[in-house]
Amino acid sequence: MSDPRELYQQVILEHNKKPRNFGKLEACTHHAEGHNPLCGDQLDLTLVIEDGLVQDIKFQGSGCAIDVASASLMTGAVKGRPVAEAEAMAEQFRGMVRGELEPGAQTPLLGKLTLFSGVKDLPSRVKCAVLPWATLHAALKGEAEASTE
Amino acid sequence: MSVDLKTLDVAAVRKDFPLLSRILHGKPVVYLDSAVSGQMPVPVIDRMTRYQREEHTNVHRGVSTLSQEATDFYEAAREKVRRFIGAGSVKEIVWTRGTTESINLVAQTFGRTAVKAGDEILLSAMEHHANIVPWQMLAEEKGAVLKVIPMNDAGELLLDSLDELLTERTKIVGVVHVSNVLGTVNPVKEIIARAHAKGVPVLVDGAQAVPHLQVDVKDLDADFYAFSGHKLSGPTGIGVLYGKLAHLEAMPPWHGGGNMIRSVSWEKTTYMAAPGKFEAGTPPIAAAIGLGAAIDYLEALGLDRIAAHEHDLLVYATERLTGIPGLRILGTAKDKASVISFVVDGIHPHDMGSLLDGEGVVVRAGHHCAQPVMTRFKVPATTRASFAYFNTRDEVDVLVSAVEKAIELFQ
Repeated sequence: MSDPRELYQQVILEHNKKPRNFGKLEACTHHAEGHNPLCGDQLDLTLVIEDGLVQDIKFQGSGCAIDVASASLMTGAVKGRPVAEAEAMAEQFRGMVRGELEPGAQTPLLGKLTLFSGVKDLPSRVKCAVLPWATLHAALKGEAEASTE
Repeated sequence: MSVDLKTLDVAAVRKDFPLLSRILHGKPVVYLDSAVSGQMPVPVIDRMTRYQREEHTNVHRGVSTLSQEATDFYEAAREKVRRFIGAGSVKEIVWTRGTTESINLVAQTFGRTAVKAGDEILLSAMEHHANIVPWQMLAEEKGAVLKVIPMNDAGELLLDSLDELLTERTKIVGVVHVSNVLGTVNPVKEIIARAHAKGVPVLVDGAQAVPHLQVDVKDLDADFYAFSGHKLSGPTGIGVLYGKLAHLEAMPPWHGGGNMIRSVSWEKTTYMAAPGKFEAGTPPIAAAIGLGAAIDYLEALGLDRIAAHEHDLLVYATERLTGIPGLRILGTAKDKASVISFVVDGIHPHDMGSLLDGEGVVVRAGHHCAQPVMTRFKVPATTRASFAYFNTRDEVDVLVSAVEKAIELFQ
């Protein structure tokens, strides 16, 4: 990417302005907090998991547009999916933004989340995009905290 | 200030910095990040290269001509530092790896000796982590208490409470000379005088001060003064701890090893006098010589001229940025160095940092290793532009235009 502005596509800007699934599920079955020590961003993720499915998911916290849009799109993408699939998506997302997987053929579960593939050209922002997924992974494993350090 | 700004030939100075000719994302680089690390001018790079190519060997060892030469260059750099900060003796100049190590050295030697359970360590509310964490570690180990000098919304320390905060239990005061986030120039001479009136020694973190101000440690009467080479147009990996000789002589050594001893037997080791006893192992010789060359370079430009030029940039940039709707500058102290931290409504500083980067503008975005300052101002992070003597008003205009573009994108 020659210009970081290319990453800031309309979808990302829009999700940053109006994040979906923002808030906290009081009656959650799974919960984790994510931290990015580099910038102090925090993410609080709550989930309801029943019958092996992500029935509901919400997030709250403060972060940059990449972080917020990633959390907004992630929550929308994993809602209603089997836990194993959500974990596989997290793996594919991580691989994609780190430049280890080509968006598309190698990330079949990600769909429109491939719009984050440009993050690989901004190494300093990879952790911002990954934080929600790292937090999801921690919550699904029953861990209270996730860190991108 | 009566200094003629024209006497600092910025166009000529810029030629000493090859990085300023770089193109970033198709745009000329605008380096506004000197508070994170200053750029090294060619004469400094050349001096270090010459040492590496033609003069390299170890110091304080051997009888060879080369070894003597290297030692002379290395010790000459120490003398340059002594003169630069107005210390009385080269024995008061300890080489370290940087400001952080300098402060850790004081905490782990002076601090561990002086601080006991229930004692107090007084820090200012605008310290960065390097002047918080070493003291916190010491306080935890000893059962001591950290106390904080508060500040107002402008980023000025509230010194009305200082005399109350200084108690018979206070064992040391740690205060930053110039805040890396807010740019505030603290009245350290007054703070030191008031601490001394109660018999309390003061460590000054001067990392952001030495590039901008003429520092005189004797005039300040500082007990300790810490700074880094890389913020002073020198290399990374070298720093200085100034300490009053009486303190350094009384302090135990910290790191043990070669070069800091008088004699070693299986039964007992005796140590060198200061500063040698604090300088175990082979030092960063080229870096020390490079720092000496950086001091030569800055002195040749003229510290008054540098200060006047940077002040002009600060005033101009403050005026231009203040005109942007939704932008708020953190740190509006009356006495300020050329550092501007800001936040913009609806745009996280990390996004701002990336978007400015896309315009070739290099700034720092984050918490600046000063999370308590962020908490005080209720922001997660800021974008910070810091100006050096090689920056221009045109570059301030590029920054302003880039900020406006980012705001437009986010609207």
